[in-house]
Amino acid sequence: MNTVGQRFARPDGRIKVTGAARYTADFDRPDKLHAVLVTAPAAGQLTSLDTEEAAHGPGVIRILTQADLPQFTAVPVPLMFSLPPMRNDTIRFEGQPVAMVLAETLEQAEAAAHRVRVTIAPAEVKSPGQSNPRPPVSDSGYIFAAVDAAKGDLAAGFSQATHRIAAEYAQPSRHHNAMEPHATLAWWEGEDLVVHDATQWTAGTRQMLAKALGLPPERVRVMCPHTGGGFGSKAFPKWHTLFAAAAARVSGRPVKLVLSRAQMYTMTGYQPLTRHRIELGATPDGGLTALHYDSVNVTSSTEDFVESATQAGRAMYAVPALETHERVEEITAGAPTPLRAPGGGASGMWALESAMDELAYTLGMDPLELRLRNHAEVDPVSGKPWSSKNLLEAYALGAERFGWHRRPAQAERDGDWMVGWGMASATMGSFRLPAAARVSLRADGTALLESSFNDIGTGVFTIFSQLVGDALGLPPDRVEIRNGDSTLPEACGTFCSASAMCVGAALLDACRQIRASLGEGDPLALLRWLGRESEAALGRFSPGEGVQLEIDGGASPNAMRTWGAVFVEVGVDRALGLLRLRRMLGSYSVGRVLNPRTTKSQLIGAMIWGWGMAAMEASIFEPRLGRFLSKNLVGVPLPVNADIPAVDAVWVDELDEVASPIGGKGVGEIGVVGVAPAVANAVFHATGLRIRELPILPEKLLAEE
Amino acid sequence: MQGFTYARAAVVSEALAAGREPGTAFLAGGTELLNWMRLEIAAPARILDITHLSGLDAIETLPDGGLRIGALARLNDVALAPAVVARVPVLSQAILSAASAQIRNLATIGGNLLQKTRCPYFRAEEMLPCNKKRPGSGCAARDGLNDRHAIFGWSDICVATHPSDPAVALAALDAAVITACGAGGRRIPINEFYLPPDAGQDRNSVLEQGELITAIEIPGSAPCSIYIKIRERESYEYATVSVALALDLDVWRRIARARVALGSVAARPWRLTAAEQALAGLEPGAAAITAAVESGFAEARPLAHNAYKIALGRNLVLRAIRLVAEMTP
Amino acid sequence: MLTGRMKFREQLDLTLKVNGREHSISLDARVTLLDALREYLGLTGTKKGCNFGECGACTVHLDGRRVNACLVLAAAAAGREITTIEGLADEKGMQHPVQQAFVDQDAFQCGFCSPGQIMSAVACIAEGHTRSDAEIREWMSGNICRCAAYPQIVAAVRQAAGD
Ligand SMILES: Cc1cc2nc3c(=O)[nH]c(=O)nc-3n(C[C@H](O)[C@H](O)[C@H](O)COP(=O)(O)OP(=O)(O)OC[C@H]3O[C@@H](n4cnc5c(N)ncnc54)[C@H](O)[C@@H]3O)c2cc1C
Ligand code: SF4
Ligand code: FES
Ligand code: FES
Repeated sequence: MNTVGQRFARPDGRIKVTGAARYTADFDRPDKLHAVLVTAPAAGQLTSLDTEEAAHGPGVIRILTQADLPQFTAVPVPLMFSLPPMRNDTIRFEGQPVAMVLAETLEQAEAAAHRVRVTIAPAEVKSPGQSNPRPPVSDSGYIFAAVDAAKGDLAAGFSQATHRIAAEYAQPSRHHNAMEPHATLAWWEGEDLVVHDATQWTAGTRQMLAKALGLPPERVRVMCPHTGGGFGSKAFPKWHTLFAAAAARVSGRPVKLVLSRAQMYTMTGYQPLTRHRIELGATPDGGLTALHYDSVNVTSSTEDFVESATQAGRAMYAVPALETHERVEEITAGAPTPLRAPGGGASGMWALESAMDELAYTLGMDPLELRLRNHAEVDPVSGKPWSSKNLLEAYALGAERFGWHRRPAQAERDGDWMVGWGMASATMGSFRLPAAARVSLRADGTALLESSFNDIGTGVFTIFSQLVGDALGLPPDRVEIRNGDSTLPEACGTFCSASAMCVGAALLDACRQIRASLGEGDPLALLRWLGRESEAALGRFSPGEGVQLEIDGGASPNAMRTWGAVFVEVGVDRALGLLRLRRMLGSYSVGRVLNPRTTKSQLIGAMIWGWGMAAMEASIFEPRLGRFLSKNLVGVPLPVNADIPAVDAVWVDELDEVASPIGGKGVGEIGVVGVAPAVANAVFHATGLRIRELPILPEKLLAEE
Repeated sequence: MQGFTYARAAVVSEALAAGREPGTAFLAGGTELLNWMRLEIAAPARILDITHLSGLDAIETLPDGGLRIGALARLNDVALAPAVVARVPVLSQAILSAASAQIRNLATIGGNLLQKTRCPYFRAEEMLPCNKKRPGSGCAARDGLNDRHAIFGWSDICVATHPSDPAVALAALDAAVITACGAGGRRIPINEFYLPPDAGQDRNSVLEQGELITAIEIPGSAPCSIYIKIRERESYEYATVSVALALDLDVWRRIARARVALGSVAARPWRLTAAEQALAGLEPGAAAITAAVESGFAEARPLAHNAYKIALGRNLVLRAIRLVAEMTP
Repeated sequence: MLTGRMKFREQLDLTLKVNGREHSISLDARVTLLDALREYLGLTGTKKGCNFGECGACTVHLDGRRVNACLVLAAAAAGREITTIEGLADEKGMQHPVQQAFVDQDAFQCGFCSPGQIMSAVACIAEGHTRSDAEIREWMSGNICRCAAYPQIVAAVRQAAGD
């Protein structure tokens, strides 16, 4: 039987459309207390914390402050942000927690939290653009690949160039804004801690809690069967989870803590504002001779988060000479964290692909032609061959489906709209992590897959039941899955588009062992013939001996990335400052597609993220108050249904068994990449206006009627 | 939310009597009031649910061809009422551009007029310097991030705009707000309904404590009218700038009367009175139209980050005139 | 019950009619319909995404019309017909055609917004706002899906409307 590659419906469909799927805040515990965090209104010194009135509120059990919390053991970044707050009176950023109200009902806890009076002697605010960019400290915890890279003779490269462009691009901070708020329900059973936590990484939450509380990991159980979106914000554990656990210990009762939307803006990370300076040199036929690319991202005073914005750009094109640098700049805000398509996928490629479009116009060349001319057959920096790359086919497929060759030299008018076409390349790094999974084949004709992986909607239930089913000769609906529980074999987190590859490889390993122990033939028939109830095996995947995280094939003989091309048609009404999407097509080279339906959903969803990044999303930092101006979903618009008239994604046939035995690579993030530059390039085609700072708001497009 | 008590009123007289007591707030759709209490914009001690008052949600035609819309009529019901669609399309369009289908099923037309600014400093979860939230604390927007703030009629006390879409349409239609109170009630022209931005904290309108809006009256009809709303996302978002235009063309297709109101440019819907006068007598396609429209912006005073609203507002009005003229047979 | 006597109360004895069943409970006047469902009646299918009317995750039907449950006081909903995602299936437990269409069209990923989307979609179809894809998109814009399953959601509404 082979269902891989077929449009098999999601096994989790029924529970998700009936409201039966339970997310963290849906779980309950008798006798639980509701916790609400109180946060600081500004950075500075905490001069007084008056809980008197609040503590007398009806139903208030306790208000926890620094003095009530245990001394936590330090947890290394990035397993959690540094500086667990509520330890001393230094407030590093607006929104830092200073107290926690515990009350019988949610209403009582919220009302009391408002009555806690927090007084701060404010510190001077550092806002973006005020400090000198500097290299990140080398042990920042966020440096997964070299922050600087150089190859060839840059000066010589530029001197050979007949055409040069140099420009600066910027992208504001953006928040993940998963629909499900971060939440924790924690209680103690004797010396054992049990936690429901909204997370992308069950095992990581356990690691963090065990470390911080000084417990052996077996004493901590973390559960999370379904996560209502994370996009990176729930990848690394966050402080509130630890606080909820501590509060449950101190109060002796289960504690439920759900962050408000506003608190998610300050406590769960964001993609930092980035600025990019790019210089390109080329010969008249479009061949790149040199690439000089510097990026800066903002970070908090607590740690040097590195956006790694240049990583994608330096892997994209065959260029004989390049130099890239990543710098950071402190601001008075909480720490950033990875957001969907990090490593320069979203941010860096916005800059590079805008610059490539500018170069194409300088050269008088078709933008797609310029990309084809500079196709990289091997990794430009390491020189290693790719594990797989069918980008040329993806360009061709996308161009053909979109009708790119019909692109008019001059944009056409449709009523009050100028219609513009733009394109961009896409590439996304490849992350591989160790993972384990146990599979049991049972005589009743079913199989059980057990692994601690998280379901954030990427479709892992679907493809894992397909993979197990196919490997053991069962229909996929006979595969039962238990996941999201730290007592199960440990999976990597569901982030970096890695879990399908890595957990998928582990479960195939388990299936292989089962088949090997049963002998040649149909496994179920053999099991029954042997009179056995079940046969189980623990499968493992590792990117390399002792490797905890491998990036872009760094520990392997091959470089690994995913690839694509995005084509966009927009309408621009300059008199009214309006930018609207008309249609968008992505074409990808991403390895084997295990399930076309869930893959398409992922790619399309990510492309719509790209539209949000291009046209509206921005978390603006208020420079005088030192805070994000709006911490809600009205001041920070996200795309809605009406914004998206037509989006489609296609891909080329591909099998990459070097990257993973499942033959596939990650598809969760690549769809974001390239959309924003393709949109800006389309705006240029439509209007002759080059937008170098996102998002593309009405005031940037406005012209006389 | 801080604690409060709740009751339902069955008849208007009961509501008026209870509503007079300070600290009492009427609850209609609740789509503003609940959020105010969450953000400590308001902390009423008593909530009086007025949605069970009968007869206040009717939509009736008036003898002069106008309309009377009960204050408790839900936004969707107003927008989709055949009489509204036919007689005052600008109002129907304005409502359908507001909020979402779900919110419009709750929100009432009366409550909509009383919503407060979306100024992000005002709507912050924390107390920021904001004279509208905490009198005397200053105005963080005056010299702060004021790209979405007022270009008309602001003062150093407050530079916020009024966010309602329906109110802009009603301003162009010369509607009146009909109220009831202990002493009887009044009829307040909508263009006199809102107070300047430096009026006291709770005073955005001339309504007194306990004064109940019972209806909105629209004189005559305006079949040649349009509402255009600019925003970065296509739906479920407040306006950056919006325009409501009602045009009367004479038999020679010249503008007999133009009524133009802009939204999100001032603490109230802003009628472009000077432009309206200059437009009278012009043909919609005439070159002089531009200057006439621009005359309405002579008194605009942009802040540090919102001068674009002048250009955008001007273009919007020009576009609205063109579109209405094209639609008009 | 609450009408007429005009007694202002902080703690209210209410009857909430949810999915055809009457629940008598005593609630703090501050409790919203959303929290009443989730925290007091154990009906957690309805989600809280923002608590400010800004996302649509809490969409339920009140007297047959779709509304944001986070913007309604439980007290104000007393006596009205409330329908939640748990009440959509028929007596025999058969999924509602809109639920089936969401599965058929893969109209969700993480599923967190789905109960709200589906309640909204059922109402959208009943209202007749399905005459074109553009109309469906506009009338489904009160429900944010951060996973951005929008095209599939439109397809699901179209499918169910055609049934
Ligand atoms: C996310 C979101 C987006 C929105 N987008 C838009 C938009 O784009 N455009 C737009 O115009 N609006 C928008 N709104 C605002 C919405 O339209 C208003 O909240 C709604 O119209 C208020 O009406 P209500 O009946 O719910 O008022 P309530 O919240 O019940 O009341 C508001 C105020 O009016 C008082 N009040 C209500 N009725 C009366 C009466 N009859 N007499 C005297 N006083 C009364 C109340 O006491 C209270 O002070 C949005 C709201 C939200 C939450
Ligand atoms: S503009 Fe008005 S509402 Fe905004 S901060 Fe200033 S005073 Fe407050
Ligand atoms: S929770 Fe009600 S709209 Fe978001
Ligand atoms: S399915 Fe995840 S938010 Fe819609």
